[in-house]
Amino acid sequence: MNTVSERLYNGIVKENPTFVLTLGMCPTLAVTTSAVNGVGMGLTTTAVLALSNLFISLLRKIIPDKVRIPAFIVIVASFVTMVQLLLEAYLPSLNSALGIYIPLIVVNCIILGRAESYAYHNPPVASLFDGLGMGFGFTIALTILGMVRELLGSGKFWGMQVFPSEYAVTIFVLAPGAFFVLAALTAIQNVMKKKLAAKGRDVSKIGSGCASGCAGCPSAAGCGLDQKKAFDQEAGMQFISLDETEEPMVTDLDWEAEEDEHE
Amino acid sequence: MSEVKDMLLLLVGSSLVSNVVLSQFLGLCPFLGVSRKVKTAAGMGGAVIFVITLASAVAGLIYNYVLVPLDLTYLQTIVFILVIAALVQFVEMFLRKVMPPLYQALGVYLPLITTNCAVLGVAVTNVQKNYGILTGIVNGIGTAVGFTVAIVILAGLRERMEFHDIPEPFRGTPMVLVTAGLMAIAFWGFSGLL
Repeated sequence: MNTVSERLYNGIVKENPTFVLTLGMCPTLAVTTSAVNGVGMGLTTTAVLALSNLFISLLRKIIPDKVRIPAFIVIVASFVTMVQLLLEAYLPSLNSALGIYIPLIVVNCIILGRAESYAYHNPPVASLFDGLGMGFGFTIALTILGMVRELLGSGKFWGMQVFPSEYAVTIFVLAPGAFFVLAALTAIQNVMKKKLAAKGRDVSKIGSGCASGCAGCPSAAGCGLDQKKAFDQEAGMQFISLDETEEPMVTDLDWEAEEDEHE
Repeated sequence: MSEVKDMLLLLVGSSLVSNVVLSQFLGLCPFLGVSRKVKTAAGMGGAVIFVITLASAVAGLIYNYVLVPLDLTYLQTIVFILVIAALVQFVEMFLRKVMPPLYQALGVYLPLITTNCAVLGVAVTNVQKNYGILTGIVNGIGTAVGFTVAIVILAGLRERMEFHDIPEPFRGTPMVLVTAGLMAIAFWGFSGLL
């Protein structure tokens, strides 16, 4: 039972998909206009993530290595379809609030990333709890972001009016507000990363997801970039890496080094 | 004439008013990841226009001529994602054989597009809004052009930002997100157009 609690802790705290890895940003920004929507989207994703992890793990010895990505996609898409039909039947209001973002759970990189990096190599029970842990981590993050945006943007706490809406900053529930909230979040992440690095902790995973580009993405292997690289090399063609065509960006590690020099 | 007018309005609506990245948050990963230089951003944009236009045409054909007659519309999510993944592979192989220069320009970005939620998003939107095949393609082109406009503008701003003195915690991604937020406010202004 030790792995169970370890997996849950890993997903919720240590490798929280939103706060630590910054994965799955599209639904995170789109549906967090209120806390209730955040919970709904989080739990829907959790259900898909846990079930697809379980089934991929059960089938891991049958799925051939070369076609694993399409196989994962079919499994994930099947569960998304089931969940979508269930929501349409039993929770139509949530279904219409989340709209297009429910079928788009299929391309949420958290799910494909977990399938590729955990479920495909580990036994079913551990994979199920890995999915649950990651899903709960995602749900908690979406709920917190939803609460913050709802409170700032419309003056409400879980739908209850806390302060008059004339004092609310409406932009926080609109599209631009989502970017500002995420910007604040990644800025906090940068500060935390610096503090943890000063203590000698491993910070390589912090902010390694969508925001840092495809090269550093944990699911880069999942989206076919790796196969393409191998295929290109086989065919004698030079693989044009995205990194080579771009100059390194000024990252937080650079300013840490600068600061050390000053000290 | 009114049909042409409707199409033009749809084109403006899907590219500027409800911009795919800045108001619908689809395709954020490439938007943030591949926007360091205008050149690569334009390459990504070109690949996205190419794939979304093709994918919305193929998805529209399959939905209207295969799924609807067979009463299998509940399978749309699975079918669309598989069609898109297969299409991207196919386009890649085709370009590699037939048009090597274009492949050199767009090739890197193609595999990344399979998991770009904007492509699946367009296919699903076309079905949900009951667009016909032609309307669906126009919606696809508009969405992809909107993505390209947004990513090229962001890349231009980021190139300038390299030389700016930004507060320490905001260096890197946070500043890019703030920029994207300001762009979203600017694009919000387009909502008066329609």
